[in-house]
Amino acid sequence: MNTLRLFREFLRVSIMTELAYRVNFVVQLFQSLLELATALGGLAVIFSFTNNLGGWRPDEVLALLGIYFLLGGVIGLVIQPGMAQLIDSVRDGTLDFTLTKPEDAQLLVSASRVEIWKFIDIALGIGVLTYALIQLSEHLSGWQVAAFAGMLLAGATIIYSFWLMLATLSFWFVRVENILEIFQSMYEAGRWPISLYPGWLRFLLTFIVPVAFATTVPAEALTGRLTWQTLLGAGLLAVAMLVASRIFWKIGLRRYSGASA
Amino acid sequence: MRAFIDIYFQQFKTSLAATLQYRASLAIWLIGHVLEPLVFLIVWSSVSNSSGGSVGGFTTRGFAAYFILLMLVNHITYTWIMYEFEYRIRNGTLSFALLKPIHPIHSDIADNIASKLITLPFILVIAGILALAFHPVISPSLWSLALVIPALLLALLIRFLIEWTLAQAAFWTTRVSAINQTYFVLLLFLSGQLAPLALYPAWIQSVAVILPFRWMISFPLELMLGQLTPTQALTGLVIQVAWVMVSYGLFRLVWQAGIRIYSAVGA
Repeated sequence: MNTLRLFREFLRVSIMTELAYRVNFVVQLFQSLLELATALGGLAVIFSFTNNLGGWRPDEVLALLGIYFLLGGVIGLVIQPGMAQLIDSVRDGTLDFTLTKPEDAQLLVSASRVEIWKFIDIALGIGVLTYALIQLSEHLSGWQVAAFAGMLLAGATIIYSFWLMLATLSFWFVRVENILEIFQSMYEAGRWPISLYPGWLRFLLTFIVPVAFATTVPAEALTGRLTWQTLLGAGLLAVAMLVASRIFWKIGLRRYSGASA
Repeated sequence: MRAFIDIYFQQFKTSLAATLQYRASLAIWLIGHVLEPLVFLIVWSSVSNSSGGSVGGFTTRGFAAYFILLMLVNHITYTWIMYEFEYRIRNGTLSFALLKPIHPIHSDIADNIASKLITLPFILVIAGILALAFHPVISPSLWSLALVIPALLLALLIRFLIEWTLAQAAFWTTRVSAINQTYFVLLLFLSGQLAPLALYPAWIQSVAVILPFRWMISFPLELMLGQLTPTQALTGLVIQVAWVMVSYGLFRLVWQAGIRIYSAVGA
């Protein structure tokens, strides 16, 4: 509850700041729509030659694209800005100010920066997803929807924990933001079903950089591909990574000595 | 002329040192440049496999050749000026460049060559590994291969001049990211990065002939793959030369207009 309250406060502040730059909204809307149109155009070209991509039908790949936009929006909304700020503040010592506040520091760094324009991506993602779901609706059961919601949450948790662990590395190394950028470019690969990729790449995108859990696994839940092993595995991994990243954060924080100390 | 070569040589040394300094950013560029064509290679191979081994004249191994060579051509012709120019104007470093008795584009040319000399071996090794993994086949004729070098050079020139010209939009607006993104979307579709141009509907192919994008990436690639007749190849080279002249003219025009309204931040 505390988390939600804090997030709401930070969100309010971000909205107030950003409303001073209203033209940004138009520019961001244009860029997000262009990105969506590009993705849809790409799918149109590909599906003009086939109606099956790695065993996935067009509507199913569309659902995957919706999830990709939705989660990409969430990453851009809070995860990426917060972690980028964390890395900066470890380097220049301004993390001091965060640590003196009477709230949990991990919570503060995670929610303190909100890129409100990313709500556009989230909205577009939900739109695409809804459209795809209507097309797929005859095959959907209540259980599948529940599994989908669970897997989406697990995917977001895994991605958040992964980012937090990478950003925590900044307590030891100075230039970590490069690793984060590598993740961003690898996330691109998540807009296609992971089953499409050859074994080594599938392994990389599942276990080294957990992109598969973010997009493909929730989409599997919607399209009746999810095995209970994957469901269980993703759930356990989410919990394990959340705990591990928390522990790692604590260890990193102990190393932090401030700007002039 | 002699002084000119000296300046280039000096800039070259500086760029090499700077490039080697920022190895991590180089690695990020490399991953981006490999991952995108690799993903499209896999996507199109899958499409081809599911339609009986060939799509629109491309076999699965033909797609492999296309996208591996695309990765090379894209890497050889790419520039990063569109990301950088706005920054130079915003924080005023362009002012320093203007103090030098030589046009700033020359340091960018030297920079571009120096950086690619360092990254090219890596991308060649990656291309080799991908070739072992995906078994590409090409069957170009000798004359076609001979034309690849001039076509690549012209492609690089067109792309460099056009992107340098577009980057100067930063003289007029600070919101260049929307302009950049629009350009990159057009490049993605019309230069053959997403799919070989031959797979598009006829009207898009006609548009691609008129616009510069095909001549920046796809054309040298088509020569490498041996897809063109001698007439088509020669016509292509002529169109490339025309685009070099047009883009050079645009570059001069925009520069003269832009530099007149440029006032560094704080001035």
